[in-house]
Amino acid sequence: MITKEEVEHVGWLARIEIDAKESDAYAEKLNSVLDYFGQLDEVDTEGVKPTYHVADIVNVFRKDEVTESMPQEDVLANTEHKQEGNFKAPKIM
Amino acid sequence: MVYENPDGIRIGLEVHVQLNKLKTKLFCGCSTEYHDSEPNTHVCPVCLGLPGSLPVLNEKAVEFAIKVGLALNCSIVEQTQFHRKNYYYPDLPKNFQTTQYDFPIAANGKIIIEGEDGEHVVGITRAHIEEDPARLQHMGTIDRSKGTLINYNRSGMTLIEIVSEPDMRSPKEARRYLEKLKSILDYLGVFDGDLEGAMKADANVSVFWGDRVEVKNISSFKGLERALVYEIMRQKNHIRRGGEIVMETRHFDEARGVTISMRTKEEEHDYRYFPEPDLVPLRVADWVPGIRETLPELPDAKRERFMEQYGLGETHARALTTEIKVANFFEEVAAKVDPKDAAVWVSDILKGELNYRELSIDAFTVEDIVAVVELVTGNKITEQSGVEIIRTVLDDGGKPQDIVEKKGLLKVEDDIVATAVEEAIAENPDAVADYLGGKEKSLNFIVGKVMQKTKGRADAREAREKVLAKLNE
Ligand SMILES: [Zn+2]
Repeated sequence: MITKEEVEHVGWLARIEIDAKESDAYAEKLNSVLDYFGQLDEVDTEGVKPTYHVADIVNVFRKDEVTESMPQEDVLANTEHKQEGNFKAPKIM
Repeated sequence: MVYENPDGIRIGLEVHVQLNKLKTKLFCGCSTEYHDSEPNTHVCPVCLGLPGSLPVLNEKAVEFAIKVGLALNCSIVEQTQFHRKNYYYPDLPKNFQTTQYDFPIAANGKIIIEGEDGEHVVGITRAHIEEDPARLQHMGTIDRSKGTLINYNRSGMTLIEIVSEPDMRSPKEARRYLEKLKSILDYLGVFDGDLEGAMKADANVSVFWGDRVEVKNISSFKGLERALVYEIMRQKNHIRRGGEIVMETRHFDEARGVTISMRTKEEEHDYRYFPEPDLVPLRVADWVPGIRETLPELPDAKRERFMEQYGLGETHARALTTEIKVANFFEEVAAKVDPKDAAVWVSDILKGELNYRELSIDAFTVEDIVAVVELVTGNKITEQSGVEIIRTVLDDGGKPQDIVEKKGLLKVEDDIVATAVEEAIAENPDAVADYLGGKEKSLNFIVGKVMQKTKGRADAREAREKVLAKLNE
């Protein structure tokens, strides 16, 4: 069971503000998702190796060769908050 | 003698090394030569975390990582993969860091350092590959910041995080460990330690075999020792006053030389690591034999060889093998002059003058130091003049031979010294009487007069011997 406190903590990790009323509703929803995943636990996976990728490929590389980067104005095109070529964010600790 | 470690100090280090000798970043083709560039000019959709972009792993980065692992006597993993370490902080625009988690590329190694009681083994727990985050610059002071500027040029650079066992027993051993690590990495040619951000360390420290405290934000060798000395003192004082050390993370404030508790709400499991679906696993164990063959002679082996081949003492051999460039320079000099003279002039004199000016060995040529050594050992100039030539070359440029001429440094002929000695004695009867009456100091006065007469070109020791011989006639 996910508690209200856990919802608030997860909200904090995601930097999303969740107020008391919302956290009850989220706890309920998250619990139903967990219940659903609980059904998967019923499958017997004894002796089955974990699958991280469906395709059985390994070792995909590129050579250490420089390709062109983006012009600075394109990099900053999606933000209103910039200063001297930097992104500008609020005060961060 | 065995070091007792009376305060039960244990120090482990996590060192982040930027593999800045790679041409491109870890997962994209952006150039790594951003150090003197405008902000946000070495970025692309991948290292900027734009939607739809896909990472592709730099083959050479994996090769370098294996090389580092082997040099640290680690075993290399059979198969590995990358994970996402999730956290929301704008130094990584994707909201996660791509790193290695359960299968680091290298593990279970060791290096040998000069410990409190001779050679000391420090275990290497693991070394893994991850991406470097962006550089954040706080506007104004950290507590009165008006905002933060973000430059993604560094974002996505290849880092190797090297985690040691808590085997260091003093701040000095921790510094020696860091120095040894830097030396090995320098030999491997995988990084330039002089570049900003090339090496950073977090330390975990405990006293009286107790719980450990993590100290973050250490960015220099000097800073490491200061941070550790402070933190050990703090923990000891705290315990003496009846307090208890709890596991926590502290931040080193370099300007004030103190560590400050950082209250973090994030714990390890909050990073919610999971396998990176955009990168396929690596199976690179079969690269190991080939890479092992490319390993150069490492510092320990080179030091042993220098002692054996050139008959050097350990101090010289150690000083000459810390940096690969210095070691190579020395060997070129030692091929032309007596290796023991080469060791004295390169290690004791030239390196001292270079350090004083914060210059590297590149600032001097083999040809010039050979010329200086030959002038001195050929008895053409005094040792002091040899040092003066080195200083002049470094400060004003020029070739040793020209400086000798321009400054008139050639030693004066013996008979000129002899004449000067005779004159000095004849002209200073009081000093002579004083010396003969037992005043040792008066001898220095007479020798000083001889040096004056020869304008400093006589060898002071020879002049002293000649004065003595004359007075004792
Ligand atoms: Zn890029």
